[in-house]
Amino acid sequence: MSEHTIKRYEDELNELKETVLSMGSLVEKAVRRSMKSLMEQDAKRARKVIERDRAINSLEVQVDEMTRNLLALRQPAAGDLRFIITTIKIVTDLERSGDLAEAIAEAMLQSEDHPLTHTDSLHNLADKAILQLQQALDCFARGDAELAMSIIDSDKKINTLFKSLQRENLTYMMEDHRQITSGLLAYSIGKNLERIGDHAVNIAEMVVYMVRGQDVRHTNFKKAAALVAEDEQAKP
Amino acid sequence: MTNTNKPDVKIAVRNLNFFYDNKQALFDNTLDIVANKVTAFIGPSGCGKSTHIRCYNRMFSLYKGHRGEGEILFDGENILDPKVPELQLRHRVGMIFQKPTPFPMTVYDNIAYGLRLHGNYPQSELDDRVEKALRDGALWNEVKDSLQKPGTALSGGQQQRLCIARAIAVQPEVILMDEPCSALDPIATAKIEELIDELKKKFTIVIVTHSMQQAARVSDYTAYFYLGKLIEYDDTQVIFTSPQNQKTEDYITGRFG
Repeated sequence: MSEHTIKRYEDELNELKETVLSMGSLVEKAVRRSMKSLMEQDAKRARKVIERDRAINSLEVQVDEMTRNLLALRQPAAGDLRFIITTIKIVTDLERSGDLAEAIAEAMLQSEDHPLTHTDSLHNLADKAILQLQQALDCFARGDAELAMSIIDSDKKINTLFKSLQRENLTYMMEDHRQITSGLLAYSIGKNLERIGDHAVNIAEMVVYMVRGQDVRHTNFKKAAALVAEDEQAKP
Repeated sequence: MTNTNKPDVKIAVRNLNFFYDNKQALFDNTLDIVANKVTAFIGPSGCGKSTHIRCYNRMFSLYKGHRGEGEILFDGENILDPKVPELQLRHRVGMIFQKPTPFPMTVYDNIAYGLRLHGNYPQSELDDRVEKALRDGALWNEVKDSLQKPGTALSGGQQQRLCIARAIAVQPEVILMDEPCSALDPIATAKIEELIDELKKKFTIVIVTHSMQQAARVSDYTAYFYLGKLIEYDDTQVIFTSPQNQKTEDYITGRFG
């Protein structure tokens, strides 16, 4: 795509994108670190995650201000408008994901007295959720609607993993009531990871809108995929 | 177009080609103008949008060597056919220009002029029709006490509304507007835009504008022209949120040139 005639507008849009991406990378790091702190029982690392959430929040405020100014001063249209609307929406998903990472770090601090005993499923779920988030940011950065569709599709896997983690923990808790505290903790961490996956899906859905101009939210996957494919064929 | 109900077509343009002597200015333009809607034509200078609407009332026939080919079906009748009398055509298709063009006569006579030309009305009916046109032109309240003042003494925005009132006085079916607000301030522009919204209940409106924001604000459909070709034509909402053609996208997002 060629550049805008007004150089400053072009710069402002680029700056917005970069700010969202650096916010995204902070969030991704926060999720990784919170999980690492949990797995390695590293309280210092967990406290750092909690502390750094402030940086994520302040980037959210910054992005909001940039989008406000762009809307008021540039009257964006078409692809630019869709890009700006997308940033307004996904910045909330990123901020919430940051909060969820913070919650995991807090859970780690609680778990110091009740160390988690069975962490394999949690580990697995975390890997998937982090991958989803990372890919969601990638598809936003590259404007890749196909990758976005695959993220939406693979959310099912995360949900399945979370359900089996639930069942697993329930079994442990029933077998041994001393496991109840750590079981509940593992459940809540799993829930947080599952929600991070949901936020990644929200981001992916907005990327489809940004690239194709189609709203695939709240439609079933098959229908959405058909819409996107149809649109691809119609392009001149 | 994305709307599913088949719209009522007022003007069907089919393969319109236009020539200024040997220079071709329009290439195979095909589109439908929907009745009682506002259609905006946008595009960079020289893209053919004014040339295109000037075909709708055969304005070009004033100049030798200017010719249009193809069909412009006005309620099914091809108005490019020289057999369609020009006077009758221009009665049905009114036009507003970039600069207000009040006649050098009183406000009243500006409106009455066309009425006197087209019919022989008794004075009382003439008065009624002048008042009605000025009311429909959203000017009556501002000029009702100064109908005998010269039209040229009005402000720019008032003059433009006077021209609109003059055009609608003879009850045309279509109103063409070629950059009607480019010489006006934002308040006068807003008044004209509000008026356009009102007028579409009775008339079919086609507007050429350089202001994309204006096209977005006032029109139901938008056509993008480039180098004499119709590049994209769709619901205004679609054109401004997700145009299908990259050229349209580049133009409306300011990536042009």
